[in-house]
Amino acid sequence: MPDVVEYAIRGVPMGCVFALVAIGIVLTYKTSGVLNLAFGAQAYVSAALYYTLRDPDRFGWPMVPAVVVSVLIAAPALGWFLDRALYRHLRTAPPVAKLVVSLGLLVAIPQIVNLDFLLGSQAKLAPPGVASEDPIYVAGINTSANEIVTVVVAVLSVLGLGLLFRRTNLGLQMRAVVESPRMTQLAGVNADRVGSFAWMLSSLFAGLAGVLVAPLFAQLTDLDFFGLLIAALAAAVFARLVSIPMAFAGGIALGVGQALAAGVLPADNVLSTGFRSVLPFAVLFGLLLFWPGLRDHAGGGDPLAGVDPPPPSPGGFVRPRWMTVLNRSLAGAGLVVFVVATLAVFDEFWLRVITQGIILSLIFLSVTVVVGLAGQISLCQAAFAAVGAFATAQLVDKTGMSVLVAMVVGAAVAAALGALIALPALRLSGIYLALATLAFAVMFENVLVPLEAVSGPTRQLKVPRPLLAGIDFANNRAFLLLCTALLALVAGIVLLIRNGTTGRALTAMRSSELGVASLGLSTGRLKVIAFAVSAAIAGFGGGLMATFERQMGRQVYQANFTFFVGLVWVVLVITLGARTVPGAVTGGLSFVLFRQILEKVLGVSATLAGSVSFILFGLGALTYAKHPEGIVEAQTQRFVRLVSRRRAHPPDDAPTAVDPVAPAEARP
Amino acid sequence: MTLLEARGVTKRFAGIVALDDVDLACDEREIVGLIGPNGAGKTTLFNCLTGVLRPDAGRVLFEGKDLGALAVHRRARLGIARTFQRMELFAGMTVRDHLLVADRAHRRAGGLPSDLVLRGRIHPSERDRVDRVLAQLGLLDDGDRPVDALSLGTGRLVELGRALITEPRLVFLDEPFSGLDRIETDEVVATLQAAHAERDVAIVLVEHDVTAVQHLCERVVVLDYGRVIASGPTDTVLEDPAVRRAYLGVTE
Repeated sequence: MPDVVEYAIRGVPMGCVFALVAIGIVLTYKTSGVLNLAFGAQAYVSAALYYTLRDPDRFGWPMVPAVVVSVLIAAPALGWFLDRALYRHLRTAPPVAKLVVSLGLLVAIPQIVNLDFLLGSQAKLAPPGVASEDPIYVAGINTSANEIVTVVVAVLSVLGLGLLFRRTNLGLQMRAVVESPRMTQLAGVNADRVGSFAWMLSSLFAGLAGVLVAPLFAQLTDLDFFGLLIAALAAAVFARLVSIPMAFAGGIALGVGQALAAGVLPADNVLSTGFRSVLPFAVLFGLLLFWPGLRDHAGGGDPLAGVDPPPPSPGGFVRPRWMTVLNRSLAGAGLVVFVVATLAVFDEFWLRVITQGIILSLIFLSVTVVVGLAGQISLCQAAFAAVGAFATAQLVDKTGMSVLVAMVVGAAVAAALGALIALPALRLSGIYLALATLAFAVMFENVLVPLEAVSGPTRQLKVPRPLLAGIDFANNRAFLLLCTALLALVAGIVLLIRNGTTGRALTAMRSSELGVASLGLSTGRLKVIAFAVSAAIAGFGGGLMATFERQMGRQVYQANFTFFVGLVWVVLVITLGARTVPGAVTGGLSFVLFRQILEKVLGVSATLAGSVSFILFGLGALTYAKHPEGIVEAQTQRFVRLVSRRRAHPPDDAPTAVDPVAPAEARP
Repeated sequence: MTLLEARGVTKRFAGIVALDDVDLACDEREIVGLIGPNGAGKTTLFNCLTGVLRPDAGRVLFEGKDLGALAVHRRARLGIARTFQRMELFAGMTVRDHLLVADRAHRRAGGLPSDLVLRGRIHPSERDRVDRVLAQLGLLDDGDRPVDALSLGTGRLVELGRALITEPRLVFLDEPFSGLDRIETDEVVATLQAAHAERDVAIVLVEHDVTAVQHLCERVVVLDYGRVIASGPTDTVLEDPAVRRAYLGVTE
């Protein structure tokens, strides 16, 4: 079958690009423990810069200087900057904290690149390749000089990296830093410098991949680079995040597999065209489920892991009684003011915006349960919400059941899906679980949403507003009050769970799965419960969103529930405070209000307002390293400490023995 | 009567034999010491016995039943508790909450429905049980402190209390005295003896502190390079020249 061989060979150049990114991911993970989800975005930076430099309407540079600036200068500079400004300070942070920071960058970087005054947000045609893209035939195979260059560069890079690691002093130091940064420092090596170098090198790989891959896409969009990231992640997971040769092989295999799928499968079949674009996600998901040996050993091997002070524990703060009282009174007072404002002040526009914010707050409470309480990073919360919304719409449409009942059933359907998703969580933990949920979220969007069984017919389904106890919630003011009441209800449930047996067990599991298991609690069961409850809340909120919009279908999905929006949700809630209700509510309200205030009050253009708010939400995650408990919670704690100090030391207080036990202990 | 019996436990890591055909037995209410130089495989043996690791060969019997491939939490439900060398405390939770979680886990109490109904209330009988263990370990004053603020010694006691409140038949203690000074060690040894005296519990402990081992254990097993090089009554074994060479570094 010469055809098959030819198809396979045609996949090699793309495979080489996957391999380059995968190697970069492995390199950064090995040297700094960061699973860099922003790697695709870094490739996008170089690609966009290269495009702008070559664009005849902007700079019109020839190839060589454009490559030098975008790959050899800009990419390492970006890597150096990320290391200096962020990751260096995170070296001893838990892997999940590093993941959250890179997630923030994944959200923010493409938005920054797309800003008009930087590289332009208008549709960018693919830039010209590094070498000629005219078809040439080598040994009877249709290829181009550009593709040959891609392959040669990739192979040379891998060989160079191998030589660097095995033959040079710097490579030796890099390998040592992997084992134990502190020990390496004690041996007189500047671990910071070695770390910086690793970041610059891996970023160079990202830039190289970005510039090489750009001509292969029809247009330059950040979404394609996200796809590139997923493919590379699949290759990196294949390599268990440690083996560079395996990452290279995995990348090539994936490129070849993709080309084969495109060439051999019938082109007129929806399933096979879908299959091609989804292959990397499916491979990633499948690997995470079945590839043996994927466990987190981060920090376990470093004999000096304990010398650095442990990061502040997210919950290591006991709230004084008066704070609880104050919180409740404030919440009550706020609710009264809010109800009055709803009834009297807001006009239709702000009513709509605030309703959206309240519904999102409710959905964000799902993040509070799974991330805040259980400590599991789930990146598919938007999919759960969408499932609830789709189910609600279809149930109302097909059976004519009451919309509130449909919402509850929708929540149950989402809960079942959540429990199913948690099954890989039984085996995976930390970053691998986050990756599995990410792969699922992307597959949901690309495979399940287009299916009629999931999203219903192509037209939008009508979803009525609920009718309850004689009140028709078609009135927007009444509906906002209903949403507020439901938010309060769900918040109450979340608090009850948090303070109950389940919440305590989840909080315990968050810091020590082994400790929890040694007490006879099944961590698998706890995770399933956390995911199911969380998905139920998200699904219920999704149904509420559908009835708010009065319709549900692919358009509403695109506007509210895409996986990318879901990423922003999680980043935002984690940044503000994943463990508390105020964190989720602040998140929900700021998600909509921030953009609208920029747009309507400050007069910023709609696209810019959208970008700026996403950039800020993304960059907000960078504070996570310092405040893992979240910004809202950090401020609350600061307030409590301030007041407590005043109370403990009244101004006229003479120095007295504060602790009667202390002198007794100090006795020799 | 024999409570725990491990026969021929073998564990390899990437070609290195961490445990080679290890036998270990522990009677009811017995305190057995497991000693040996660093890297001898003591913690690995604990992990194989508690289900964290799966041995490549050998069997582990508890109350005469083969534990096979039973998971950690299932073994815990049979009455096997443990503490950890690198402490596995629950960050951000108070000492009392640690014991409460353990107590409810042991009684299989609580769950989503009761969370929604009980509104986080703690039953007086639960408070009593927790306070009894706290009092016995001298932790009553620290009950409402988050564990993050505790000293190493107190943290180890919290782990011990968390294990004891589950009313285990057997507790594995992984270096309960490491990082403690002489006085603290003596205190913990006394607490441990008192706790053991009034419970129907057997203890297997890994420890480097020979004095503490002599105080606590009737019998010791010595591991070196993954093999049992001696086992028997504590004083006899500690006098064994092979043991002194391997472990105490005495050359005669």
